[in-house]
Amino acid sequence: MKEQSPKQSGAIGEPMNRVDGRLKVTGAAKYSAEYELPGLVHGVLVGSTITKGTIKSIDTRQAERAPGVLAVITYLNSPKVPGFAERDHPAEPPTAGQPLRVFHDNKVLFNDQPIAIVVADTLERARYAASLVKTQYDQDKHQTNLEANLDKGFLPVQAKKNPKSPLADYQRGEVDAYKNGATKLEAEYVIPTEMHNPMELQAIIAHWEAPDKLTVYDKTQAVMGTQRAFAKDWGIPEANVKVIATFVGGAFGNGLHNWPHETAAIIAAKKTGRPVKVVLTREQMFTMVGYRPYTWQKIGMSATPDGKLTAITHESVGQTSSYEQFTESTLQQTRMMYTSPNVTTRYRIASLDVSTPIWMRGPGEATGAFALESAIDEMAYAVNMDPLEFRVRNHTDTDPDNGKPWSTKYLKECFQMGAERIGWKNRKQQPGAVRAGDWLVGYGMGVGTFGAHRGAATVRARLQKNGQLVLQSATTDIGPGTGTAMVQIAATTLGMPPEKITFQLGNSTFPQAPSQGGSSTVNTVGAAVQDACIALRKKLQQLASATPNGAAFNAAKPEDIVISEGHLSLASDKLAKAAYADLLKQNNEAEVEVVTESKPGNDRDKYSMYSYSVHFVQVHVHPLTGEVRVKKIISCADAGTIINQKTAGNQMMGGAVGGIGMALTEGAVIDDRFGRYVTKDLADYHVPVHADAPNMEFAFVNKPDPHVNALGTKGIGEIAIIGMAPAIANAVFNATGKRIRELPITPDKLI
Amino acid sequence: MNPEPEQPNHDEARRTFLKQSSLLTAFAFTPGPVLQAAAAEIDEKVASAFEKVPVRLDINGQKHKLSIEPRTTLLDLLREQLGLTGTKKGCDYGQCGACTVHIDGKRVNSCLTFAVMQEGKEITTIEGLANGDKLHPMQEAFIKHDGFQCGYCTPGQIMSAVACIREGHADSDDEIREYMSGNICRCGAYANIVSAIQEVKNGGQKV
Repeated sequence: MKEQSPKQSGAIGEPMNRVDGRLKVTGAAKYSAEYELPGLVHGVLVGSTITKGTIKSIDTRQAERAPGVLAVITYLNSPKVPGFAERDHPAEPPTAGQPLRVFHDNKVLFNDQPIAIVVADTLERARYAASLVKTQYDQDKHQTNLEANLDKGFLPVQAKKNPKSPLADYQRGEVDAYKNGATKLEAEYVIPTEMHNPMELQAIIAHWEAPDKLTVYDKTQAVMGTQRAFAKDWGIPEANVKVIATFVGGAFGNGLHNWPHETAAIIAAKKTGRPVKVVLTREQMFTMVGYRPYTWQKIGMSATPDGKLTAITHESVGQTSSYEQFTESTLQQTRMMYTSPNVTTRYRIASLDVSTPIWMRGPGEATGAFALESAIDEMAYAVNMDPLEFRVRNHTDTDPDNGKPWSTKYLKECFQMGAERIGWKNRKQQPGAVRAGDWLVGYGMGVGTFGAHRGAATVRARLQKNGQLVLQSATTDIGPGTGTAMVQIAATTLGMPPEKITFQLGNSTFPQAPSQGGSSTVNTVGAAVQDACIALRKKLQQLASATPNGAAFNAAKPEDIVISEGHLSLASDKLAKAAYADLLKQNNEAEVEVVTESKPGNDRDKYSMYSYSVHFVQVHVHPLTGEVRVKKIISCADAGTIINQKTAGNQMMGGAVGGIGMALTEGAVIDDRFGRYVTKDLADYHVPVHADAPNMEFAFVNKPDPHVNALGTKGIGEIAIIGMAPAIANAVFNATGKRIRELPITPDKLI
Repeated sequence: MNPEPEQPNHDEARRTFLKQSSLLTAFAFTPGPVLQAAAAEIDEKVASAFEKVPVRLDINGQKHKLSIEPRTTLLDLLREQLGLTGTKKGCDYGQCGACTVHIDGKRVNSCLTFAVMQEGKEITTIEGLANGDKLHPMQEAFIKHDGFQCGYCTPGQIMSAVACIREGHADSDDEIREYMSGNICRCGAYANIVSAIQEVKNGGQKV
């Protein structure tokens, strides 16, 4: 029996159900830890209990003797990883520096660093044996507190080498001109370390199919990046490394780097000659797979009494590890969001004895927006102006960072849509002036922006004899509905019903695609799908022209070709009609295949390309308990063409929920005496639950951006969260008159 | 290396005793690998005699006769031994709800219960919720309302949602939110999950 969903054309924009929905609701979708391989064994990591120092002795005898144990691997007996001999990695994403060399030496660089892996025939036996490894250390003094080390902030290596790097110090107009402004403010903002905490625990199955041939089922957002990294580590050709990530159970950025447990599993598989599965515990998700870095920021801002910004200075210091330089675009939007003749930015990082951070949804832009959009709200109050009006007054029609025109910018439309829906007119400028029963009511807004990035990708399109179209590209889907969007793009381009189209991803043997990150997948891979389908259509036209009735097709211009319901026909000649499947048969071909690469054009040199979001929120704050309840959220986005209203809306809501967590509940806490996280599970680190998520609405401008790609897309994932935390913080101020500049806004800060 | 002296616990003492009495004395001069193999073999015998217990489980209407370690959680049994990977591990502490199954019709975090405790009880996992190819109404509603993104928490959300209605805790959006708060969705599809549950509840179909 079929699903009872209505038949859908799957055209671009339609709220089509997800193509993988049935697999996900039946438990049939297979995530990395769920592949059954003959001879599979289990690896459990042993982490360091100190934060910095050296391993003095490590006694594995008891663990080795425990039942079912195949191997206990430490730096003393680990197979050598050839790539570890190389010195520093070049200054390239995701991080400059040397990723942790697992089991390479006796150095401990952060708390819970993997120092051993125990491999046994069952999970229970491996876990028990791991508890038997005894280690003694020589401890060194560690530093894990960013605010105590702000003075150690330094310019990242990229910026040192290249003064034009976006991370370098930036100057427009006069340096720190805000100090001479008519109305000025100066404030510091802090966001704590936040953890991605996707629901799927990071997991890998590593399998050496031959001494120089590795297959991994790995939770990653970058199957090709992972392939390159492991090939380099082990000194084998990239073609010998196969990475599978068909389903990824959320990631939010922490699949954009390769982590110690992956290398540990590969080492263990090498040592034992068996496929080894490693699934992290939730505690380990806090210590070894990245996080949004603790970041200190300072903003100086000035404006004229009638609300024109005259200067902004924005500085930040974010934490990184002692062995890699993690960087993100914390300050970029300060350069381009508002028209201000004087802008100064200074970006620094500080090395602590912690593991390396990695981009977390919205990455640096979400961090920076908390400071910038809070400061904008503060300045609006300082000049006694509605914060919406203040933003409109400082709106800019060209990019003040580089003088280029925007490719498209519909920010004012977002302002209008959102203000109407939230009932902004009910907001009072005076804090605490609106009440609902015992509760104080506040309204707030925040703006988000993120570059509409596009890279190069290649798509294989294969039309089979049975009329099925199979598309392949080595992208991944961490949840946004990539496969669904790609099917809709293909269905629209070729006029085929979506049920006849399959999009395959998450496999490094497929044609090249970048990692799923930076809101760029539809911009990049979607464009490649469209181009591949156009190439396929041309090839079909050639096939049609070779058929007995093909003269009409042969003479036709491409735009005269009409495609619908799996047929090729001509607008000018209703009789010229051929089913795709028949074309193949007539030409005695089993399938028609095209492989098409798609790249951004030179429009990137001419225009500045950004997505925008505006978040409007209404909060209730209890004056006695300090409890904040987000009651209503309206998020409006200028994200170019919307491929699927349903999945895009879901992404917007998900970003909003992430923003609620950022604003109100999330913060990982280290006990600096020991350098150890005290929040190591979901009972101590509070991600939003059902009860935290209100009814929410979203609205898209849904106008194409013709310069990013032919589809007109700009990207949604990041702008869904960027600007949400300050919107909530600003609403809390409107409700209470209390300006909270250090997240999360927990009740203790309000009473 | 300078290891500490061994202080074996009870299990360790038992194994050590068996190894020493049956093997080490007999093969005192046997080369290492042979000795290890022999010790491993007797380890397995010890394990099956002492570490495993027989248990009969009824999972999705299918009877399983198993010999398992008492320390094996129901979640790990399902995922690692029975190939029922639809039930997900998200935390192993009962904090996220990804592992929710039904035991005698009630929702239970399968990471917080040992498999040996479930003898004679009816266990239903996400794989057993549909009626053959015909999806359960809650599964249909999750697809229609897009009640997920990455899909990892989804089996737990669906099992919990069915129980939420059965318990009579789905009378309003707020009540649903409260009684579904044990199931975390980091992608944040909460509003759509509530819509899906409302549709099933209001549709009046038997869940």
